[in-house]
Amino acid sequence: MGMTISEKILAAHAGKERVEPGELIEAKVDLVLGNDITAPIAIKEFEDLGVSKVFDNEKIALIPDHFTPNKDIKSAQQVKILREFAKKYNIVHFYDVGRVGVEHALLPELGLVRPGMCIIGADSHTCTYGAFGAFSTGVGSTDMAAAMATGKTWFKVPESIKFVVYGKLQPYVSAKDIILHIIGSIGVDGALYKSMEFTGDTIAELSMEGRMTMANMAIEAGAKNGIFAPDGKTVEYIKSRTGLPYTLYYSDDDARYVEIKEYDASKIEPTVAFPHLPENAKPAREAGIPIDQVVIGSCTNGRIEDLRVAAKILKGRKVHKDVRLLIIPATQEVYRKALEEGLIDIFIEAEAAVSAPTCGPCLGGHMGILAEGERCVATTNRNFVGRMGHPKSEVYLASPAVAAASAILGRIAHPDELR
Amino acid sequence: MKAHGKVWKFGNDINTDEIIPARYLNTSDPDELAQHCMEDADPDFMKKARPGDIIVAGKNFGCGSSREHAPIAIKAAKISCVIAQSFARIFYRNSVNIGLPIIESEEAAKDIEQGDEIEIDFDSGVIKNITKNKEYRAKPFPPFMQDIIAKGGLMAKVKAELKK
Repeated sequence: MGMTISEKILAAHAGKERVEPGELIEAKVDLVLGNDITAPIAIKEFEDLGVSKVFDNEKIALIPDHFTPNKDIKSAQQVKILREFAKKYNIVHFYDVGRVGVEHALLPELGLVRPGMCIIGADSHTCTYGAFGAFSTGVGSTDMAAAMATGKTWFKVPESIKFVVYGKLQPYVSAKDIILHIIGSIGVDGALYKSMEFTGDTIAELSMEGRMTMANMAIEAGAKNGIFAPDGKTVEYIKSRTGLPYTLYYSDDDARYVEIKEYDASKIEPTVAFPHLPENAKPAREAGIPIDQVVIGSCTNGRIEDLRVAAKILKGRKVHKDVRLLIIPATQEVYRKALEEGLIDIFIEAEAAVSAPTCGPCLGGHMGILAEGERCVATTNRNFVGRMGHPKSEVYLASPAVAAASAILGRIAHPDELR
Repeated sequence: MKAHGKVWKFGNDINTDEIIPARYLNTSDPDELAQHCMEDADPDFMKKARPGDIIVAGKNFGCGSSREHAPIAIKAAKISCVIAQSFARIFYRNSVNIGLPIIESEEAAKDIEQGDEIEIDFDSGVIKNITKNKEYRAKPFPPFMQDIIAKGGLMAKVKAELKK
């Protein structure tokens, strides 16, 4: 019996020939991540241990991205804890305002995420890095603290579900629509505790950005990780970012899957997940819901490719008079590229507000909180009750193309309505 | 160890934003977090719940964010146990790590109703519904997790191992 890519990476990090689904293992980690919400608790736990140093000061990333630039005194205090800890333990990868970006967009840019790595992060969307053929999963602050001290963590080896996506995508259909469609078909606990492995000719065609968008939302189906086999695009991306070594792992032909799901991508339409769960996926064309705000950004869809799609639709048009459009480049690099390519000009001309990188509105932190009864189309990953503000506000998850078209039309719309 | 209390019943897919909304995450103080426990699922929860009370929920409890603030808020609110049909994995892990008692039991989670008085024996895994005069059996923790729980949470275990 062969092994899946996830099993192979876990086995390698546990120092074993092979691992079986359900097996409890202790694995070495190559990167431990925390942000301004989760790291303060981890730091307190770490300090309580009374050890004198972290396991490796180059393998910890502290990314204050959620409530930054600090929205209030309390959040400023939280980031101060990270800043001081980074100084005290000489943490190499601490990035403050001006250098920081949304963590899951920033770390790949920095070359910190490479194929074959085993990564844990005290942020549920740490699963994003599966796009690069790494095993990467979200944990809590205590797990982060333990790993900062020991360089190890425990895992139950997950069973794997294979998602085969084939066929040519229709115009305006993106990786976001594929993943919303998949979550819609299996539900928010459809992959609970399991690994989601994405494959098929449609997947091979996706850019690294698109793969990150899909892996990012694996957690929204309850999965432990989402993962893609590395290919030429992966290697090209990694080589453009870092000279550090990496290992390419592939699932065996006779690897074990608890389920194999197939999707004809040519039948997937621009998709919107209605409140209050990401599984409430419906075709954008049928929605027709009037909206108050649109957010384009986040670790799901705040990369340059996403902003290009939005700009193409917004060019020469104006945001609907009843809508606020917020565009948040996920990192400083994305921001600069958007400037150089003239995208920011298009956004401002369209009367959108553009801000510094932050998670901000995605989690109802700051920079675009919703009032009672308001509705927002967002390129983010969660639409839970109160996610973006008032408990009686609503979030509709969509791709950058649907979000941009909706901003112009003042209601949830299919981008081809603008043609 | 035993728990005994009145049940507050919740539905499926109760997520971490409902357990502790992100607008309160600019602190990690347990008592402050407890004041807002379950606020977006039931705004009056903390006015009604008493120390020792028990949360019973459907499938996928604690889905969403990795924020440990969610089990911390429940523990600091003095909820003695959470019983659910199933738990989201990060929440499950976090609860074990910080010592919030949680129990997976489809039977108990389905049968127990709002307001029932129940008693849980964590050693035997027996859940007694005093109101309905019924008994349910919980799925035991794997031995590895029992070890973490017995040692008083993950950090206590790590501390013990680092001393070796």
